[in-house]
Amino acid sequence: MSELSVKNLHVFRGERYLLKGLGFEVRAGCCLQVVGSNGSGKTTLLRILAGLLEPESLELSWRGERIQPRNPEYHASLSYLGHDPALKSDFTAAENIAFHVGIRRHITSQDVRAALNRVGAEKFSDRPVRMLSAGQRRRVALAALWLTGSHLWLLDEPATNLDSAGQGLVASLIQDQLARSGLVLAATHQNLGLSGGQLSTLEIGTRGVSA
Amino acid sequence: MSNVRTSAVAAVWLVLQRDLRLAFRRPAQLVQPLAFFAVVTLLFPLGYTPELGKLRAIAPGVLWVGALLASMLALESLFREDAADGTLEQFVVSGQPLVGLMAAKTLAHWLLTGLPLTLMAPVLGIALGVPVAAMPGILFSLMLGSLTLSLIGAVGAGLTLGVRRGGVLLSLLTLPLAVPVLVFGARATELAIVGESLMGPLYLLGALAVLGVTLAPLAAAAAVRIGLE
Amino acid sequence: MNWTWFHRLGSPPHIYRIAGTLTPWFAWPAGLLIAAALYGGLVLAPPDYQQGEGFRILYVHAPSAWLSVMIYGVMASAAAVGLIWRMKVAHAVAASCAGVGAWFTAVSLLTGMLWGKPMWGTYWVWDPRLTAQLILLFLYLGYMGLRAGIDDLGRADKASAVLAIVGVVNIPIIRYSVEWWNSIHQAPSVMKMERPSMPFDMLAPLLMMLLGFTLYFAAVLLVRLRAEILRRERTASWIREALR
Repeated sequence: MSELSVKNLHVFRGERYLLKGLGFEVRAGCCLQVVGSNGSGKTTLLRILAGLLEPESLELSWRGERIQPRNPEYHASLSYLGHDPALKSDFTAAENIAFHVGIRRHITSQDVRAALNRVGAEKFSDRPVRMLSAGQRRRVALAALWLTGSHLWLLDEPATNLDSAGQGLVASLIQDQLARSGLVLAATHQNLGLSGGQLSTLEIGTRGVSA
Repeated sequence: MSNVRTSAVAAVWLVLQRDLRLAFRRPAQLVQPLAFFAVVTLLFPLGYTPELGKLRAIAPGVLWVGALLASMLALESLFREDAADGTLEQFVVSGQPLVGLMAAKTLAHWLLTGLPLTLMAPVLGIALGVPVAAMPGILFSLMLGSLTLSLIGAVGAGLTLGVRRGGVLLSLLTLPLAVPVLVFGARATELAIVGESLMGPLYLLGALAVLGVTLAPLAAAAAVRIGLE
Repeated sequence: MNWTWFHRLGSPPHIYRIAGTLTPWFAWPAGLLIAAALYGGLVLAPPDYQQGEGFRILYVHAPSAWLSVMIYGVMASAAAVGLIWRMKVAHAVAASCAGVGAWFTAVSLLTGMLWGKPMWGTYWVWDPRLTAQLILLFLYLGYMGLRAGIDDLGRADKASAVLAIVGVVNIPIIRYSVEWWNSIHQAPSVMKMERPSMPFDMLAPLLMMLLGFTLYFAAVLLVRLRAEILRRERTASWIREALR
């Protein structure tokens, strides 16, 4: 029983068809790894699924129902992590997380602490974000992602700027998400350490789907 | 971890608080539009005449145009930073009504820019020979007018997201739309200065503000979505 | 109700063909009407008892002013259709209107200024209608500037559509406020040529010119629309067939 289903995705960008006739499905507890060369449309695909970009045509089904990608209920069940970690540089890490998650659901400061611990960011959590390195900011963004607890994760190069320990963190967070029956779509080349049943791959540019 | 969804109203309130708190982390930036307003007002006596009687005659126009231009300058920053660091996108994807979040940002912007400009105007008016009795009238008219300006400007700011040198274009787009506010507001100020009732133009300013509050956040939300594509 | 015809209007090759066929049907009558109106207005109509011969510029000024506003309305409507029904052709129509509308606005301003000089001794007067036309010109320039400033065509279409809709809502408000401003300050209000009170032989060329200009606009719009469609669809396969 697939929770997310995409059919007939046509995207016209920069005066040519970037994606044509794309379709795939993702089941609960599964991760779809999106691979492809630079400029092939991975970011575009994720942004479309997040409702940030309008495609020429798309048939999107979520939990069995046809919806538009701009549906608020759908948005409330997803988290999108793009190229920018989406943090205010004048806020501390803790304040950023408190806001980012707080506009979606009620959380306490203990929840924020727990999230920071989960990603190993307790040491630098009280400095303004502008004083943090790119890798540290990415960890803070991952903490917000983890704490939001959305059912669907749309991740665009989640391990950018992270060292190998950081990449391990990303893989472990994804595994947690799948363990609680969430879905993940991730544009990344890293090895996520997932077993065959949990992982499928979508290659953009040649438009095939292989398991 | 509780799973209680944040209500739309609570989310709007959180955004308002956020913008206000962020602004106060950089107080120097808050002062700039006010300083600009003061400088522009100062230029008129220097460029025209020091006679207060003559300045009083042009005071309504000077105050309103100065406030308008200072607002234009400040408007550029309404969405710029949020768009640049990716937080604006998160608003769109938050599941909360974007119209409400845009209204919150616009209100915060007005509280941080329009309202201070309004409070400054009577003080600057003194430099232009405006009598003290005119101050309440100037305050009320500018309060309504600056609110409408922030609302119209939010639409322009959304439309010019990511446009190169968008600041000039933003002014070009917003100023013609601001003409009614200027016309009614300057007239209200003029009547206040001569001591007559300014209820007529004040009601018109109020009507514009109501129209702005109802429609502008909708247009701004549409503009922001388009600007983020 | 069968809406197929409406959706077929959204097909670029279809519109390209229709536009090409229709253009002469607008262009020729436009030319004839304008010529007749010019003759009627410049030669046949009697001189105005107040303004003498100078009023004749009205025959160009009034229709261009009327058209400048009407074209903005057409532009905003097309943009709204494009935004709501996601029809690219509608956006192409809006884009094609802008330049023409701006030119008509400029013509109305120039003819207004030429009218003012012999009448009032000055090239510019803060007459409410001239002032409103000036603001309208800026609205057009803003629209064109926004289009030019956004690189991605789809985004430019949508953003300028929102701007056009916001503009069209504002135009009556702006006009009202400018009339109000003018009446408060009792500035010279100028070109009061009330149509009902005009004698027929003055009125007829005016109406003919108005119709002629409208048909001219339609013809120019169709030509520009074809060019706009060619530009947008240049990588599409139907272009080669169409240009053969």
